[in-house]
Amino acid sequence: MAEESAGEFIAGIYAEAWSRIVATMIRFTGGDWNLAEDCAQDAFAQALRTWPQDGVPRQPLAWLTTAARNRAIDRMRRATRDAVKARAWAAWEQRHEPPAYRSDAEIPDERLELMFTCCHPALNLDAQVALTLRSLAGLSTAQIARAFLVPERTMGQRIFRAKQKIAHAVIPLRVPPAHLLPERLPGVLHVLYLLFNEGYGAAGDREALSREAIRLARVLVALMPDEPEALGMLALMLLHDARRPARFDADGELVTLEDQDRSRWDRDLIAEGGAVLERALRRRRAGPFQIQAAIAACHATAPYARQTDWPQIVALYGRLARVAPSPVVELNRAVAISMARSPEAALPLVEAIAESGRLEGYYLLHATRADLLRRCGRAEEADACLRSALALAPTDAERRLLSRRLAAH
Amino acid sequence: MKYLMLVCVDPDLEPGAAQGAPDVEDWVREMGGKGIRLMGDRVRPGSDATTVRVRNREVLLSDGPYAETKDLIAGFDVIECADLDEAVEVASRHPMAWGGVIELRPFWVEDRDA
Repeated sequence: MAEESAGEFIAGIYAEAWSRIVATMIRFTGGDWNLAEDCAQDAFAQALRTWPQDGVPRQPLAWLTTAARNRAIDRMRRATRDAVKARAWAAWEQRHEPPAYRSDAEIPDERLELMFTCCHPALNLDAQVALTLRSLAGLSTAQIARAFLVPERTMGQRIFRAKQKIAHAVIPLRVPPAHLLPERLPGVLHVLYLLFNEGYGAAGDREALSREAIRLARVLVALMPDEPEALGMLALMLLHDARRPARFDADGELVTLEDQDRSRWDRDLIAEGGAVLERALRRRRAGPFQIQAAIAACHATAPYARQTDWPQIVALYGRLARVAPSPVVELNRAVAISMARSPEAALPLVEAIAESGRLEGYYLLHATRADLLRRCGRAEEADACLRSALALAPTDAERRLLSRRLAAH
Repeated sequence: MKYLMLVCVDPDLEPGAAQGAPDVEDWVREMGGKGIRLMGDRVRPGSDATTVRVRNREVLLSDGPYAETKDLIAGFDVIECADLDEAVEVASRHPMAWGGVIELRPFWVEDRDA
């Protein structure tokens, strides 16, 4: 019992504690990202070994950070042949810092610095995203690889290369000065939104990722109150998050938007999301996040699924396709058209996307195609598409949803 | 941290694209005065280059640049900056960032490499 609760406690604080410890350790080691992460990992391993017996410490973040720091000191002290670590060690000794953190409040919160550094434009976008998910969200290389449909080895090399470049080229750990913020922001937004989605696709522990993404989005909005896309992204996250309680039923099964119990949607979050979107739109510089938030608002404010303003959603997806064209946007626009007009009108659009091969590995392409075929009365073809979707679905919950659909046909 | 600025021409640049670029003498004076620019110069084009290799203890020379690419490198500077952000700022104020391309290469710090 005690063992289980300590483990659960660690899982609960992991996402936040990981990033704060990593940031503190990067600073402490003078920019050695690999050492910082190794030490953070060791600290968690130590907690998993000792907390179940000794109990969870009163100041868990301070405990973990101290453990990581002791590990770093140990490794720097021993690495006499590594001049960087030796210098970092000497510098630390000169600073006469206390040997341990006593309270969680003492640990600096440098997650925003970490975020901007992970999203530095001198790193390519793939590397930025991967590094943020690793260093900030604490996802494993395997999880990140799955999210981006690449082999784990490829992802490991990408993250390693990014850390090496940060160290070798001396990319600083800091929030850029005001005049550089506008050009540095889009990369951060992009990465934060991916982070939000990582938590949104799952029940349980990983929900913390979405909350973390929302929290960081709030910090960003506070930092850049006049940036409409930051507001738009926060609004989008809040509106999606409002639907979270209805996305899984009592048995933990995924429920589609259409079938969700709308009384379980979080009205406060919908109201807040709507208000944040209003604030963004007043700046009259609509971008992709604001348009997506407007679409989410259409869904969130429809009392019943059948009262959804689909023509408005078709129009918004059309706008989105102009400012940020992508096959996924085209797919969603086709779904909206199937609702606003007919499945027969939408099917050719989806088939064209399928033929282009651009979303071949994306299960929702096949699931959407199956849905349209079924509504067109072409059950056999629909089942074939559902089976393709089933083979590609990334989570168990999604696979079970598709299996139920297949059985119902 | 020292960075090598490879100052390159951009053969694809459209004429007039570099309008409003800062003056190179001003850049040299300012960055030299601040102790950021340690050295630098223009170099002759690849047609004046000689490539040297020693193979089996024999010195082999060839006429022209090593890389069989277009003649890109026009000069170099060595700058000393706190970090990459400062180096980018310094490079972006060089006229050849406007009328060409600047590649920033951090110096190899022996013990920094893992």
